[in-house]
Amino acid sequence: MNVQHVKAKIFARESSRIDLGEAIPVFHQWIQKNSGEELLIDVADYRHVPGGPGVMLIGHDAHWSLDSARNRLGLVYNRRTAMEGSTGEKLRQAVGAALEACRRLEQEPPFRGKLVFDGGECEIAINDRLLAPNTEETYRALKSDFEWLFDALWGPGAYTMEHAGEARELFQVVGKARTPVAAAELALAP
Amino acid sequence: MKASNSQWKDRLVGRMPPQLEAEVDVFEHEVALKKQGKIDDRVFGETRLRRGAYGQRYDNGQRHDGVATRKLQYPSGAATKGAHTLWDAPGMQRIKIPFGGLNAAQLEVMAELAEEYSDGIAHVTTRQDFQLHFIHIEDTPTVMRRFAAVGITTREACGNSVRNVTACPIAGVCRDEVFDVTPYAKATAYFLLGHPDCQQFGRKFKTAFSGCRDQACALVRMHDLGAVAATRQENGRTRRGFELYVGGGLGTVPYQSKMMYEFLPEAELLPVAQAIARVFARLGEKKNRNTARIKFLVNKLGIDEFRRLVEEERAILPQDPRWTDYLKEIPHADEQPLKPASLLRINGLQPVGFDDWSKTNVYRQRQAGYAVVTVALPLGDVTAGQLRTLADLARKYVKDTIRTTVEQNIVLRWVSEADLPELYKELKQAGLATPGAGTIVDITACPGTDTCKLGISSSRGLAGELRTRLAERSLEMDEAVRGLRIKVSGCFNSCGQHHVADLGFYGVSRNKGGYAVPHFQVVLGGQWTENGGAYGLAIGAVPSRRVPEAVDRITSRYLAERQTGESFQAFIKRIGKAECRKMVDDLGNVPSHSEDATLYRDWADAREFTTGDMGVGECAGEIVSPTDFQLAACEREAFEAQLQLEAGETMKAARVAYESMQHAAEALLKLRLNYAPDSPDGVAAMFREHFHDTQVFFDPFAGGKFAQYYFQAHERNGQARSSESVHRLIEEAQLFIEAAHSCYGRLAGQPYLAAAI
Ligand code: SF4
Repeated sequence: MNVQHVKAKIFARESSRIDLGEAIPVFHQWIQKNSGEELLIDVADYRHVPGGPGVMLIGHDAHWSLDSARNRLGLVYNRRTAMEGSTGEKLRQAVGAALEACRRLEQEPPFRGKLVFDGGECEIAINDRLLAPNTEETYRALKSDFEWLFDALWGPGAYTMEHAGEARELFQVVGKARTPVAAAELALAP
Repeated sequence: MKASNSQWKDRLVGRMPPQLEAEVDVFEHEVALKKQGKIDDRVFGETRLRRGAYGQRYDNGQRHDGVATRKLQYPSGAATKGAHTLWDAPGMQRIKIPFGGLNAAQLEVMAELAEEYSDGIAHVTTRQDFQLHFIHIEDTPTVMRRFAAVGITTREACGNSVRNVTACPIAGVCRDEVFDVTPYAKATAYFLLGHPDCQQFGRKFKTAFSGCRDQACALVRMHDLGAVAATRQENGRTRRGFELYVGGGLGTVPYQSKMMYEFLPEAELLPVAQAIARVFARLGEKKNRNTARIKFLVNKLGIDEFRRLVEEERAILPQDPRWTDYLKEIPHADEQPLKPASLLRINGLQPVGFDDWSKTNVYRQRQAGYAVVTVALPLGDVTAGQLRTLADLARKYVKDTIRTTVEQNIVLRWVSEADLPELYKELKQAGLATPGAGTIVDITACPGTDTCKLGISSSRGLAGELRTRLAERSLEMDEAVRGLRIKVSGCFNSCGQHHVADLGFYGVSRNKGGYAVPHFQVVLGGQWTENGGAYGLAIGAVPSRRVPEAVDRITSRYLAERQTGESFQAFIKRIGKAECRKMVDDLGNVPSHSEDATLYRDWADAREFTTGDMGVGECAGEIVSPTDFQLAACEREAFEAQLQLEAGETMKAARVAYESMQHAAEALLKLRLNYAPDSPDGVAAMFREHFHDTQVFFDPFAGGKFAQYYFQAHERNGQARSSESVHRLIEEAQLFIEAAHSCYGRLAGQPYLAAAI
């Protein structure tokens, strides 16, 4: 199975209290300070959409967003362009990039002390219905890749994982660590 | 670009209508050829547009990031998909939805494509279309195939073609309509789609249908071709037909359409539309885009001559069975409800928020026991998940269909009334039960600087801000204010339809001490009812950040001083535009950048406003240049002309409007050459030589259009004009002065002039 376009969401702790509007200047600064590894294009403001993507950083290879889908705030990394490598590596790249963005956001002045990401839960989707329809069959085919990822993230046996979402939705898997951990403490190189 | 693109083609073979399948195959080849550099930019650009694949902001590969203008280094480098449009730059895909009608399966595909190719958001436009943003050109053939598999085409969604045919979203269930226009709108849309007679237009062509004359639902009067349902009694039988209008349009200078037929029998609708298309294709302007809409042709020929030419063409059209075939189906075309009619239990305990929501978002249908529910979409945006919920609700409550509206909302029709509370609960759970549909909080906005290449100010940023502020107090608002309409465009092109709003705004920019300041022109007194029956006029520009204050002042004054039953339009007319201007005049005083830079940023954008190419001298922020003063004086003159027109002084108004343009031209000549001739002829000639022929005055997108306004006004100066023509002249004068402001801004960026300023 050629898995591409991995989307990863790391949730913010419920105690996080932020003004989403503060993400607009923060993302603009990321564009200004961009070292050139990623092509960052613009910032899109969807704060007006209930349960929507909030504020997005639009890139060529990926979009990032401080999103509130299903009314849960979190950081989403959404890979747009295809990548080389094994399925496990692509999952790892997306989650690594999401965690990196979480760490960076937590350190941004408007969010410091107010926004904390939970490293104990991770929602991963494959944003391509043809490559990965949301079926049990896909889950069976990819289960070991997800286990490889979650082993690296939390340690073997230190988590639960489940196949989520209805048939029309993107294929998605939710992993949960058995013990609480902050996103900042997780080490998973992108 | 999606890794699965190549597989979709095989997957969908035979699942698309053959014609659509063949068209997408051809387009895919063209994309491949363009990638190999085998198609000319201009040709591919128009081909792409005719497939609804539009450019997006920054697709020229440059963006000002708040510090400097930087190059966006796309992987395919300088490869292009049209003039100045880089191959890898994200683009917008427009999806034509005739009369706004969609079924549940189509909503689900819209959701999938928004999620997989765009940014998870689908956007409803002011023409009942959908738009998806940030799409790669190489993904577009797959997107088109997946739409085609559920019967949707993107063909002719953009470009010089017949655009989406719009119609009242409540056609068929409306209490006021003469008859249901849906089948006629549908027949017209598919008859003109790809029709050989519609392929040689110089510009786009917009068509709308309305079931009645008095309401606003379809805004027929601002369309190239508009049809209003009408009937006639003949030999004891009721005959159906249309009041037919032609030559309306918003754009930079709005035109009210002209009535072409008081009653056109239904059987003549399609042949006459075809004949109009032929006349437009044959005689419409082709070289100058700025005068190529049919409104200019109708205006030039006069409606009587235009009608004569159309009738001449109609007489020689070869008979086409499609002209009338669809009429046989009309008696069976009525939409059917899913559930039996029922009544809302008024004594029942309703969910929290239901009563407020139902006051504004529920409309009782002509058919007793049924209602139309408006799902108010903030700024027309809806998520993929919400689209799936809407598909579920359409299947559960209303037999599968929804319609989009020109107010960027979605309606569910044929809801059995007893189901309203349950439906409300389900909508609420999905974040789709925002109250206030059709009120002051339900603001319409074009994409503006968010994604549109032509945007000047952030229309969506402003609309979002106004929405938040007004929503907080909307329930306590007086009905008179609550019922007002606000519409916002990011520039003079009017996609947000600001001309027909009570309070309309369009984006402009002003310079202050060498810095650009985002502004909006305030347009008051437009008429939403009677199908967009009257257009407003600009009363002055206000910095973007101060527009909420302007709205407060204007609405408070209306509330305090309106006479019993007085509409907003009547109020504005009574107090006069001079008084209106006084309400906002002081808001235009912008502090220098060093004193307070707040106004130098737009809504929802942290960057300094379009300072991209401007070189700002050390102390430029403290100085007001003579050009600033001169251009401000020209604005006052244009305003003065409006007042003269209101007072019935048509000739005086024309003269003052012309002089405002001449003085703006003089200001630029003095700025650049330190000299301006004394005579009007001399100014016009010198302006032509130094600003027009050199293209210094050219707008990056509108080219020399605004200069032409001045030259035409110069040629006709002193000649008699109708009041409609003077109204237009004043609009043109305002646009010319806006263009002078922009030109001044560009020149101020040139170091040798910056020093002088
Ligand atoms: S009005 Fe201007 S900014 Fe808005 S969509 Fe149209 S062209 Fe773009």
